[in-house]
Amino acid sequence: MEHTANRLSENSINEIRRLKSIYPHRKSAILMVLHVIYDQYRYIDRQAMAQAAELMGLPLIDLEQAASFYTLFPNKPMGKYHIQVCRTLSCQLRGAQNLVALLQERLGIEIGQVTSDGLFSLVEVECLGSCGTAPMMQINDEYYENLTPSRVGEILNELRNKGKNG
Amino acid sequence: MAEFEKFLFKYIDFPKQDRIDTYMAHGGYEAFRTAVMSMTPEEVTDVVIKSGLRGRGGAGFPAGRKWSFLPKGTNKPVYLCVNADESEPGTFKDRELMEREPHMVIEGSLIAAYAIKSSIAFVYIRGEFAYGARQLRKAIEEARAKGFIGRNILGKGINIEIIVHRGGGAYICGEETALLTSLEGGMGYPRVKPPFPAVAGLYDCPTIINNVETLANLPHIINRGAQWFASIGTPKSTGSKIFSLSGHVNRPGNFELPMGIPLRELLYEHGGGIRDDHNLKAVIPGGSSVPVLTADKIDVHMDFESLAEAGTMLGSAGVIVMDETTCIVKAALNLTQFYQHESCGQCTPCRQGTYWMLAILHRIEHGQGTREDLDTLLDICDNIEGNTICPLGDAAVPPVRSTIRQFREEYEYHIVNKKCLPGTAAPRFG
Repeated sequence: MEHTANRLSENSINEIRRLKSIYPHRKSAILMVLHVIYDQYRYIDRQAMAQAAELMGLPLIDLEQAASFYTLFPNKPMGKYHIQVCRTLSCQLRGAQNLVALLQERLGIEIGQVTSDGLFSLVEVECLGSCGTAPMMQINDEYYENLTPSRVGEILNELRNKGKNG
Repeated sequence: MAEFEKFLFKYIDFPKQDRIDTYMAHGGYEAFRTAVMSMTPEEVTDVVIKSGLRGRGGAGFPAGRKWSFLPKGTNKPVYLCVNADESEPGTFKDRELMEREPHMVIEGSLIAAYAIKSSIAFVYIRGEFAYGARQLRKAIEEARAKGFIGRNILGKGINIEIIVHRGGGAYICGEETALLTSLEGGMGYPRVKPPFPAVAGLYDCPTIINNVETLANLPHIINRGAQWFASIGTPKSTGSKIFSLSGHVNRPGNFELPMGIPLRELLYEHGGGIRDDHNLKAVIPGGSSVPVLTADKIDVHMDFESLAEAGTMLGSAGVIVMDETTCIVKAALNLTQFYQHESCGQCTPCRQGTYWMLAILHRIEHGQGTREDLDTLLDICDNIEGNTICPLGDAAVPPVRSTIRQFREEYEYHIVNKKCLPGTAAPRFG
């Protein structure tokens, strides 16, 4: 892979520089910097993280430590549409397990896998604070709530069409 | 008592209530103006103490008294941290406030910052709430344009900045000291108290951490007075409370009601009763960390004292309802998996205890349990409780201990018959 392919974008660099200056101590910006990297790549790219550490003037280990502790930052590419299904009690009570089974069947993948076309990945996560609208899933930044089997089918079709065309 | 009128949720369904013009048309930022123009920080604190407002994050500590623990005459900066890391299973009230009433949260934060003389407030919002974070940022920019945030606010020489900080998906960071280590850029490990954050918090400086709903109450307390607030609810649990209702009810959702309303009324009037006309089996009344109540115990009032008397807790007021189709072992297993996953791993009793409880519950649920397992589980509970730095270990105990105590026969049925009680195996989907 070309080294330059993993460079942070101009926008990301500007945002990291801004974040560096707004906290009383720049180390506080680490989580927000990881969000910037994640937003650009949809995972935490190692070279980008090293570049960000340099911009921040922080040891790379500080960023690596945070990236490994917090669950929102996968270290390898996930699907273009990363599906996170809440598995915790309120969702379980309203059928989250069946929801996961349905997604596995429709996508032809197991939990933790990415579809061969790279469009979808599927994981189970803990409570997303959407218990009153269970069962639910998060796809990238969006919450999809009050799910039913037919609604899940519609969502997957919409994203499949959108993903192939763009 | 007079008819209760919602105030946190009064305008929540109003179109464009998230925009500052609408919020101000409904009296928004009047309280902050009043506080800055005509009250000293000490007077604001005094009103909040007199109102009896207790923290809405779960612990229920009096908010004004928490502020009063700040050291007097410190020359260090004082920080306000807004705990918006809502992650307690069954709780989704702060999310609704931030997404739909973001200015109420911001105005409350400004009032608190003024009262504790803080010039920087951090809103630590859980990373998954991307929309909530955008709503708060938009609200902050609107408030800045009106002169409520920034330098020399309302010409009174006060400076307050609010920074929205997104978390990374760790339940532990809702614990106030873990929130601070996380905000400092480290892994979210809780710290030993004392020292309490009011004395040595963020960057070792005096710090106040308040929950979103707690802060949203402040504009109303300033506008309408301590006595008005204290007249709502019960003498020791004053004001309203947002109850998050989830699970097997017909109308799940958030309900703002006076403290102390009967649980039965919450379930059957506001929640529309149990789904599919099933019978109620159990209720977890205060978020996943509190002891379960059986169906015959729902004639209890939803306030801090009444629920403590009933052997459980109000906690975050996340009410999880389980009907007769629920396998109680599976429910305990589900929550134990949550705590095992979210344990930060710092303290051995929590790290190892949640791991072993999960393994044992898993084998009971899957027909491989033994009679000794129940005593082993209770023994592990005893060894976790009180032996960890932060309350996560203590929080992992009630789902296991209370379900064994209240539903021991169902556990034994699993062990003897190697399966779930008839009719409790699979929840309905859709």
